Amino acid sequence: MPLTLTLREPPTVPLETEGLSPDRLATRRRGEIEALTVWHGNRRAQLADFFAVSGNGGEELRVEGDLRRVKFLGAGMTDGRLTVAGDAGMHTGADMRGGELVVEGDVGDFAGVNMHGGRLVVEGSAGHQLGGAHPGERAGMRGGEILVHGDAGDQVGTGLRRGLIAVAGRVGDAAGLRMLAGTIVALGGLGAPPGAAMRRGTIVAMSHVTLLPTFAFACSYRPPFLRLYLRHLRALGLPLTDDQIEGRYARWCGDGLELRRGEILILEAGR
Amino acid sequence: MLRIAQGRVYDPANGVDGDVRDVCLNGGKVVEELPSHAPRIDARGMIVMPGGVDIHSHIAGPKVNAARKLAPEEHRADPLDRTAIMRSGTGGTVPSTFTTGYRYALLGYTTVVDAATPPLAARHTLAELRDTPIVDAAFLVLMGNNLPMFELIRDAGPDGAGPVTEAVAWWLEATGGYGVKLVNPGGVEMWKHGNRNVTSLDDEVEGLGVTPRRVLEAIATSVDELGLPHPVHVHCNNLGVAGNWRTTLDTLDTLQGRRAHLAHLQFHAYGGTPGKRPRSRAPELAEHLDAHPEHSADVGQVMFGPATTITADAPVSARLREITGGKWVNADLEAETGCGIVPFAYRERNYVHALQWAIGLELFLLSRDPWRVVLSTDHPNGGSFLSYPRLIRLLMDREFRNEQIDRVNQKAIRRTVLRDRLEREYTLGEIAIITRAGPARLLGLADKGHLGVGADADVTVYGEHEDREQMFATPRYVIKGGRVIVEDGELREAPAGDLLRVEADHDEAIERTLRPLFEEHYSVQFANYPVREPWLLEPARRIPARRDGSGR
Repeated sequence: MPLTLTLREPPTVPLETEGLSPDRLATRRRGEIEALTVWHGNRRAQLADFFAVSGNGGEELRVEGDLRRVKFLGAGMTDGRLTVAGDAGMHTGADMRGGELVVEGDVGDFAGVNMHGGRLVVEGSAGHQLGGAHPGERAGMRGGEILVHGDAGDQVGTGLRRGLIAVAGRVGDAAGLRMLAGTIVALGGLGAPPGAAMRRGTIVAMSHVTLLPTFAFACSYRPPFLRLYLRHLRALGLPLTDDQIEGRYARWCGDGLELRRGEILILEAGR
Repeated sequence: MLRIAQGRVYDPANGVDGDVRDVCLNGGKVVEELPSHAPRIDARGMIVMPGGVDIHSHIAGPKVNAARKLAPEEHRADPLDRTAIMRSGTGGTVPSTFTTGYRYALLGYTTVVDAATPPLAARHTLAELRDTPIVDAAFLVLMGNNLPMFELIRDAGPDGAGPVTEAVAWWLEATGGYGVKLVNPGGVEMWKHGNRNVTSLDDEVEGLGVTPRRVLEAIATSVDELGLPHPVHVHCNNLGVAGNWRTTLDTLDTLQGRRAHLAHLQFHAYGGTPGKRPRSRAPELAEHLDAHPEHSADVGQVMFGPATTITADAPVSARLREITGGKWVNADLEAETGCGIVPFAYRERNYVHALQWAIGLELFLLSRDPWRVVLSTDHPNGGSFLSYPRLIRLLMDREFRNEQIDRVNQKAIRRTVLRDRLEREYTLGEIAIITRAGPARLLGLADKGHLGVGADADVTVYGEHEDREQMFATPRYVIKGGRVIVEDGELREAPAGDLLRVEADHDEAIERTLRPLFEEHYSVQFANYPVREPWLLEPARRIPARRDGSGR
């Protein structure tokens, strides 16, 4: 049985658990883990005040319970595997650098914010600012992959610099805001207006999108790289059809107020 | 009572240069002698100096607060937890109020001047200074782009300042300020007319009938007539523009015979032609300053790394924003001034940044009178005040300086005289001048910056260390008003500092002139404008102006 932390009852105010990641817990003894610092609101507390610890260390960590008010799960993790059985709170996987973090339910806002590497899988839906930037930072996510099987909120991939964000459901408004590079794939629709102030990078949509007037039509083609990306996503379990993988895409360049080196690719129907 | 025993004392104002002696403190002042049973600090082998005095910094008011709001990422990276003594806060290039006080004190500084407050924002500045512990603080009041003031100057004509003098004194009284600051006189008002500026002292401020030269003359004359302890503090026109050294010289020539302090001279010492690559004109300016004892400057050294540019010179900010393409605040303070804020980073490999760094060092190393060319980084514009120890090492340690010179953009270095003949190393006595005695004298703070009998008991004790950066970064003891604030590099207590404000009389009749001008230009009622709230103004130490002229 992997090392398992079970939240006894939901905290009254958010509980911040920065540093609770499999790589950091792997080598620690039970007593050390129970004594780790967590912040309950503005009060310092110990992990054991809120969680029951069971199982053994190793490269796998499982967290259970109603974790909607638990923030920063897996923040800064560099290796190993963290499974959240159920919903997780804000900042899940923030500043992540490696390993795999799987949330079996929904995640709150700012999931995967400033991520540098590794893979964040959300089997439910994600909140706002998925793979975004910390407040004040120019650049957001800089590497790694985020896969969401449900929907995602607004401002997905704000300031994205590198990496891949793929959402099976619907993506909210202002996706790819100020993005610098990287890729966002929205399989279930994309809110308006995507790619505002984007400089480089790619946003992929599978249905009609309302674009800003600062995006210009370039061509209609079958981007070779996209096939590789989409096959990769299908292998990871996202529901991609052959039509999407092999289809023709309209390429729109923008944002014209910035460099105009970014692109929004929209699947063309019936081809 | 406290005796600082047998330290090597550097007190240049009293001609003490490294003599081993005792410094006796009692009742918040330096005293001649103490009974032998008085508590003592054994300072054998240590260096004793007066507390540091920062003549030009930006630590309070709406511009500083806007800079804080602009950079949450800096706060994330540098949080301070509450302790038994300290409140929580954040650091970065623009620390929170309490952190600013703690960190200045931990650096051995006990007096700080905020160099630019719009009169309308005096309440905000005063409130923040109240929350900036330990250091005694004063602020300078911006008057160089004030519409009612422009009208007074225009109507006063070329002779005598008359009502302008009374108005300057009225404004200082109305705000609780210490001195007068001019920032790009006329230019900021032109910027507010739509992306324009003045480029010479004789450009007319459109529709207002004044020129930068008239403003400089009138205000400097008024400040001298009032006998304010600190001369007019000038941020010249054309900051940062290649070729601006001519404007700077023109400003100094215009103010000849009147006292004046030039802020952050480094930013005004560029040769070349506008729009092209600048070069250094530091030698010419250093020479000119040497020849004019009525004039002084702080250097405004640029230090490599992160900075936040905070200025009332809004058009300069607009140009910086074009370079960074990042965050920018551009604000208009109705009839008084503008404001611009741009986070910035100085890089060693960048030609302009390396040139700026080198020009600052040239000014320090070429200046023959350390009393009149004093240390500043224009915090946080050229770098944080936390970089002072490194700057001191650059000045004191030639080998270290040459290593650093080798690292930076060499094309820039070739545009300076740093390589050729600047072998000078500052002595500890000279460092004591440029970081405390000099600024205190230029500010007219008779009780600060020295350790003579009757001086404030503000003392910094450093452990002797070959690495001057380390030595100046971590004083062993800091004593403020006779209380031991820092011991072994740790804060022991954090009492409030005093507000330092000037006391300059004015003719009440000036209000009859000002009232209609206010009604014309301001959104604030004249009666509501002066700061009267005791909690903002008291307690304060008032430093008298000497209107009979003996203040010079």
